[in-house]
Amino acid sequence: MTKTRFTWTRRSLLQASAAGGAAMATGVIGAPAILRAQPASVPIGVLHPVTGAISYSGQQGRMGAEMAIADINAAGGIQTLGGAPIEAVLGDAQSSPEIGVTEVERMAEEGVSAIVGGFASSICLATTEAASRYDLPYLVDVGVSDSIVTRGLANTFRFGPGFGTITSDAINNLVTINEAAGNPARTVMIIHEDSLFGSGLAGLLNEQLPQRGFEVLETIAHPTPQRDFNNVALRIRANEPDLVIPANYYNEYVLLARTMQQQRLQPKGIYSVLGGAASSYRFLAEFPEAAQYIMDCNHWFDPRKQAALDLKARVEAEGAYFTYEVFLNYSCVQVLADALERAASTDRGAVIEALASSSFDGHLMPYGPTEFVDGQNQGAAPVNTQILGEEIEVIFPDEFASADAVFPIPYQ
Amino acid sequence: MFSAFILVPAILNGLMTGAVYALIALGLTLIYGVLHIINFAHGALLMAAMFAAYFAHELLGFDPYLAILPVTAAFFAIGYLLQRFVITPSSHGKDENILLVTLGISIILENLALAFFQADTRTIDTPYAFEIVDLDIAFLPLPRVIAFFAALGVALALFAIMRFTDLGRAIRAVAKEKRGAELVGIDVKHIYAMTFGLGIACVAIAACLLLPNYYVNPQVGNAFVLVAFTIVVLGGMGSVTGALIGGLIIGLVESFGGLFLGESLGQIGIFLIFIIMLLFRPSGLFGQRA
Repeated sequence: MTKTRFTWTRRSLLQASAAGGAAMATGVIGAPAILRAQPASVPIGVLHPVTGAISYSGQQGRMGAEMAIADINAAGGIQTLGGAPIEAVLGDAQSSPEIGVTEVERMAEEGVSAIVGGFASSICLATTEAASRYDLPYLVDVGVSDSIVTRGLANTFRFGPGFGTITSDAINNLVTINEAAGNPARTVMIIHEDSLFGSGLAGLLNEQLPQRGFEVLETIAHPTPQRDFNNVALRIRANEPDLVIPANYYNEYVLLARTMQQQRLQPKGIYSVLGGAASSYRFLAEFPEAAQYIMDCNHWFDPRKQAALDLKARVEAEGAYFTYEVFLNYSCVQVLADALERAASTDRGAVIEALASSSFDGHLMPYGPTEFVDGQNQGAAPVNTQILGEEIEVIFPDEFASADAVFPIPYQ
Repeated sequence: MFSAFILVPAILNGLMTGAVYALIALGLTLIYGVLHIINFAHGALLMAAMFAAYFAHELLGFDPYLAILPVTAAFFAIGYLLQRFVITPSSHGKDENILLVTLGISIILENLALAFFQADTRTIDTPYAFEIVDLDIAFLPLPRVIAFFAALGVALALFAIMRFTDLGRAIRAVAKEKRGAELVGIDVKHIYAMTFGLGIACVAIAACLLLPNYYVNPQVGNAFVLVAFTIVVLGGMGSVTGALIGGLIIGLVESFGGLFLGESLGQIGIFLIFIIMLLFRPSGLFGQRA
């Protein structure tokens, strides 16, 4: 091969300028600050089950997180990092804990500073543990199982309430509602999905309901997905409970409610504890008759915060539904952004410390300022809702209740 | 728990589910009875047919019951071509190979579906999906009542085809005595392919009947094929009557199992029957003794 001396040809000039331009655009070549492109972004893992049996919830969660990231970036990004924008590193857990773990490992390798999401308790249990191996801060968006935050993992934080808190609030409010109506309800049937979320919750309900004077006639477990609730409906008919307490994910909740309506089952009340669709605008919109009078004790935004109402309007204007996955994830990203601001660093350890000392009230939830003790946000609590007419009304707490509970259900 | 209001609906639910199971098992038993192959791809083809019906509804607006005609015709053709030009050539005439080939087809189909459609569980919503047939003592979902009668109708039609048409006679001849059938001029390769096509056509009809009240995802075939195998063993391999009666029995067992033992544990009855039949009467209720 002959050696040729390099000469400037038109081709080489074009190549060089293209390379130079690209290098300048990415800030590789040192250039005066005024010419420099914006600072390196902060990568944050956004992990949800966007496909598989619980894909609707995963997609809603991802939407909430992405909207928050877009809003924060539009408002100037992380100020203490020179206005660095947050970069979403999206992950799909495919409704499976194992795949969730694989995604966490991929995100850790890609250098994310924190991960938000997981959604399902069974997924979160695995992904938070995987993240802890990289000292990667993990902010759980929903996953309510208490075991998620009681393993002593320094990296794991949960913004929303666990089912211990939710169960005691739910039962307290149930007792209040029942007493106000003259105690018409005494017997209960629990119908729950059989993973970590549903089984754990059913266990707590079975423990605490009898202590408050309720009799649990039967507890029925079902898998996710489950497509036929006719047998469950038959057993409800056989037992004739005063109250039916469902605890499952969106699709199964809808199917159970519709099957109960179809089979003309008329309990005195359907009192859901973390019912997958019981306080969902989508359920109300798609099946209003089946949804009437259903009560839920679930995650809900603070209707006194204008930012929450504005976000609701924006989401609905885009033709989507303002479900709990949306506002919980939106709020979680806000909490994370605040932690990044106070840490003034993308270092994982610094972010963990910032979260642990977090006291942030700019979120959309009725929790007050954040305070994480052993990873659990102390102020987090559920809200009681009931579907009345075309609205989902808040019936507890009194501070922002919009209607009184209608109980027992007034059948025609 | 034993009142008529519980038992009668349970019986009717069981019969309705069983009829659809029977339809799926019909295809399987036909294929076994004539070609003597166990079609492991049965569940995957059911899943493919369900996706076809699903997209016919979502993209073309076809009601699933209307879609029965085009989907069945298409899957009959697919079954025919599959047997004649994929399964037979690749197995080089050995039975063990055929098992592996059908298993391979099943894996390919399932993973193609996963690749194209992801693992999402999809459902369709038709206006009549939650209509009920009000029997006072029971409220029966309309689509399942339709499925029951349609499945029975298909079983009867299949019986008629086998008994009264030339095709049926040819199929029975090939099943009984392949060499002899060849000698009298029956095109055995063609008959094999027609039989496979008929079997898959049954599955396609079952898919359209299931769609209004069921869901579809790439793994949906697995649960059905397991039950179908149990029915084929229960009814006797190769027996159309056996598949029908066996299907209804299994439907009842599943319904009562689910009612008294819960959704997950209730499945145990089906598989107990499978094992017991294999142990004590492997030829099935209506099958020929080997």
